[in-house]
Amino acid sequence: MLEFVVPALNLKAILPQLLLALTALTVLLVDVFAGKEGKTSLGTLSLVGVFAALLSLLLTRGSFESAYAGMLMADGFGFFITLIVCCVAFLTILASMNYERICPEIKAGEYYCLLLFAAFGMSFMGNAGNLIMIFVALETMSISIYVLAGFKRDDLKSIESALKYFLLGAFASGFLLFGFALVYGATGTLDIVKLGTFFTAHPEILHHPMVMGGIALMTVGFGFKIAMFPFHMWTPDVYEGAPTVVTGFMATGVKAAAFAALIRVFFVGFAPLQADWTTIMWVAALLTMTIGNLVAIAQTNIKRMLAYSSIAHAGYILIAFVVGTDLARSGVLFYLLAYAFANIGAFAVISAMGKKGEEYSELSDFAGVGFKYPLLGLMMTIFMFSMAGIPPAAGFMGKFFIFSEAIKSGYIWLAVFGVINSVISLYYYLGVIVRMYFQEPEREISIIAPAGTMILALSLAAFGVLQMGMFPSYIWNLARESAKMIM
Amino acid sequence: MNELGFPIISLVTFFPIFGVLILMFIDKDAKDTIRGTAMVFAMIEFFISLPLLFSFQNGTAAMQFVERYTWIKSAGISYFVGLDGISIWIIILTTFLTPLCVLCSWTYIQKRVKEFMICLLLLETAMLGALVSLDLILFYIFWELMLIPMYFLIGVWGGDNKIYAAVKFFLYTAAGSVFMLLAIFFLYYLNHKTTGVYTFDLLELYKLNIPVSTQFWLCLAFFVSFAIKVPMFPLHTWLPDAHVQAPTAGSVILAGVLLKMGTYGFMRFAIPLFPYASHQFTPVIAVLAVIGIIYGALVALIQPDMKKLVAYSSVSHLGYVMLGIFAFNMQGVQGGLYQMLNHGISTGALFLIVGMLYERRHTRMIKDFGGIAKVMPIYATFFMIATLSSVAVPGTNGFVGEFMILVGAFRAYPVLAVFATSGAILGALYMLWMYQRVMFQPLDNEENKVLKDLNAREIVTLLPLAILVFVMGFFPGYFLRKMDASCDHFLKTYKQQVAMYEQGLEEGGAKLAAVLEENNLQITLAD
Repeated sequence: MLEFVVPALNLKAILPQLLLALTALTVLLVDVFAGKEGKTSLGTLSLVGVFAALLSLLLTRGSFESAYAGMLMADGFGFFITLIVCCVAFLTILASMNYERICPEIKAGEYYCLLLFAAFGMSFMGNAGNLIMIFVALETMSISIYVLAGFKRDDLKSIESALKYFLLGAFASGFLLFGFALVYGATGTLDIVKLGTFFTAHPEILHHPMVMGGIALMTVGFGFKIAMFPFHMWTPDVYEGAPTVVTGFMATGVKAAAFAALIRVFFVGFAPLQADWTTIMWVAALLTMTIGNLVAIAQTNIKRMLAYSSIAHAGYILIAFVVGTDLARSGVLFYLLAYAFANIGAFAVISAMGKKGEEYSELSDFAGVGFKYPLLGLMMTIFMFSMAGIPPAAGFMGKFFIFSEAIKSGYIWLAVFGVINSVISLYYYLGVIVRMYFQEPEREISIIAPAGTMILALSLAAFGVLQMGMFPSYIWNLARESAKMIM
Repeated sequence: MNELGFPIISLVTFFPIFGVLILMFIDKDAKDTIRGTAMVFAMIEFFISLPLLFSFQNGTAAMQFVERYTWIKSAGISYFVGLDGISIWIIILTTFLTPLCVLCSWTYIQKRVKEFMICLLLLETAMLGALVSLDLILFYIFWELMLIPMYFLIGVWGGDNKIYAAVKFFLYTAAGSVFMLLAIFFLYYLNHKTTGVYTFDLLELYKLNIPVSTQFWLCLAFFVSFAIKVPMFPLHTWLPDAHVQAPTAGSVILAGVLLKMGTYGFMRFAIPLFPYASHQFTPVIAVLAVIGIIYGALVALIQPDMKKLVAYSSVSHLGYVMLGIFAFNMQGVQGGLYQMLNHGISTGALFLIVGMLYERRHTRMIKDFGGIAKVMPIYATFFMIATLSSVAVPGTNGFVGEFMILVGAFRAYPVLAVFATSGAILGALYMLWMYQRVMFQPLDNEENKVLKDLNAREIVTLLPLAILVFVMGFFPGYFLRKMDASCDHFLKTYKQQVAMYEQGLEEGGAKLAAVLEENNLQITLAD
């Protein structure tokens, strides 16, 4: 007779995620029961929740374990991803509290609730130890984001963005799930660690069509989420239409979570197959960064431009993925955090560019902004230089760790293409600065003065960017320890 | 710590940042306060840099005033700074030119004075940082950092075509340097393979024996990066644009210091790190240098715009510097170093002078002038001194540098030296012809008749440069003595290394080649 054992609830392993979920539910309740005045405090409440999650994450660090029968891997790698997600969520909420004044539609309880649930899903994606767990976390995240993207109900572009993202995203999820099913069929397990041991024990099955097909389908599914060429087509439209703060959240959080899951599945589950997917990823990395950068040059809308830039950044991260050493994975973590700070910051600046009901996101709107709004200009400059990889910003250190590891491991050509791409990208990042400082405004735009929360968000992001650029030791060591502890 | 028991280099490097912080809190409409504050900081900066010069030990080639702190331990990056006879004078030149730049911008810059001064001071820190860095990553960071303020100087306060010039400047230089960055990484891992230590310490990396084929590519990456900065023909096209569009202070800094970063980079990094590959590249560089000399001079000859003429003369002058360095003898190298200083002074002065005229007439076209000497006699005097210095008339600093370079070049490449000498004649031609057309000839333009002569501030700006022209012309010994030991060491190690590699290559199966080969194999195989 089968004995049914009730698993002990290991709350400590999921404390940060639990706090995120609880805050989300509380926000929902407060929204229902509190009056009009209560609604203004929803943002603050969410902030407190994310902060508590961040705190609990940092306090429980070091007790790495596998929980819930291997469903959850509360390891160093997951820790770092959760750290990124919490930072991203915190900055997004801060920026949203300012954005409420420009885009009143997001002033609803559901907004913060969905944001928190998305963060909850992202964090679980980074910690998932089982393919099904990855899928559930991915859907939690994605469905929240689909809704968030369409939050400007009366704006056609926002609706288009949500619908496009939903349709294509659902399709990609299907691919992913089918991939999981094939792998399960071939191996009889969905546990990522067990997959790894199974392949080591049965090398003859490695090149079975079902495994290969499964991997191919998974690559499509993950590739969609990280905006890898040729699955990147949705990015510009979705990024452009979504409310600006949500775009920032998507561009950083979703990418970090998807990369985390990708790395865990491929490096833990399919490690013996590394030689097979390296070549494909090599080409994908090259094309992703090149296409992203070249097309970004031609953009006239800054949100679209940053969408293509985010594709390019996925390409740089894929370089580290191809290299595949411990240090390269640490490089991925470091890069994701550096990228998150700069990108969230940049989108926060864009979200501050507007007044009630009107937003300025054309590149030409930025003409003269640097001197008219010195704070926004300075911040945008810092973020642009960081994304372009110019020292002393964090982006330089991120590229430093990735490219130096690529050279060390003999991927010299990939590194060469990487730096060529950095130079190409300089052109459009500098273009933003050119407009802000070197050109006179074509039309008068007036924006509402950024609120305190926005200034705080920008300062925190800029601090992160400069700190990681000038004194990267702490975060780098953290990333190295975290990447080593991938179970 | 160091000889003075005090982190003097760090103080000198980062002092302008204090100025930036103070400037940030000054109201942007209090323009004179801003100018004054910037001036005070630039002057103090100059004075605190002087102890470097006075406590400098002439007799040694070792790095002086060294400071070293661990920065990013796990990656082997340290904050490692120091200077020697190669860099000392360029450092002093930097701190010397910055106050003059503040002075010359006093009325020239009327818009966004605060941001201008902030950029200028930031630029000073970045340049000094690049000149004192002895850690490759630290150097690279400062090297890239220099681009940002210069980019803003050109882009915000530049002429009509400023955006094109600023972006071109940035992209050109950045494109060159990213390959250097990759070469630095490669060197770093090569060092790790050989010694087992992760370090970016330049002095450690000097000791590395690099397989000849690898050395070629690494050296090429460094050379391209520095050659763009110099700029050497045919990578010079960004320079005339940048110079013409930049405000006067930007041009002075650009010509005075930024271009020297390229030639300095050759002497500090490229040649000592890759002696054998440098040896292989020598004929190419020497020929390109001579082409640069003649081409720059010929193009300068036909320029209708005074500033563009001076810009092309820079290409020609820097060609001399490169020729001198790549002659690889004492006269050539010292002459090259001396010429770097001369160029900073004479071309700096010329840009100031052109800028002063532009401020009065808002044109730089030679055809708009004529007979200026009659209305502006003091101006004419300074212009004459700078012109003579630029054409290397005996008694001026330019003569010493050019003479030494040509002596060195004749010893190394007699044929090329003959061509290079023709550049000196062309130099006299374009400079004096411009002087003649601008200063003499009939004063027929009504607008020119009412021009005011230099005011006290402008005289104060030009006077130190004019004095230096003669001091350096008559007493080169004082300047050269500080370079002696370092230049000697530079040449000696270069020749030893080349001889060693050649011996290793000749012996074929000998031990050294085997070691090199082994390294080569290890590095080509991914681990």
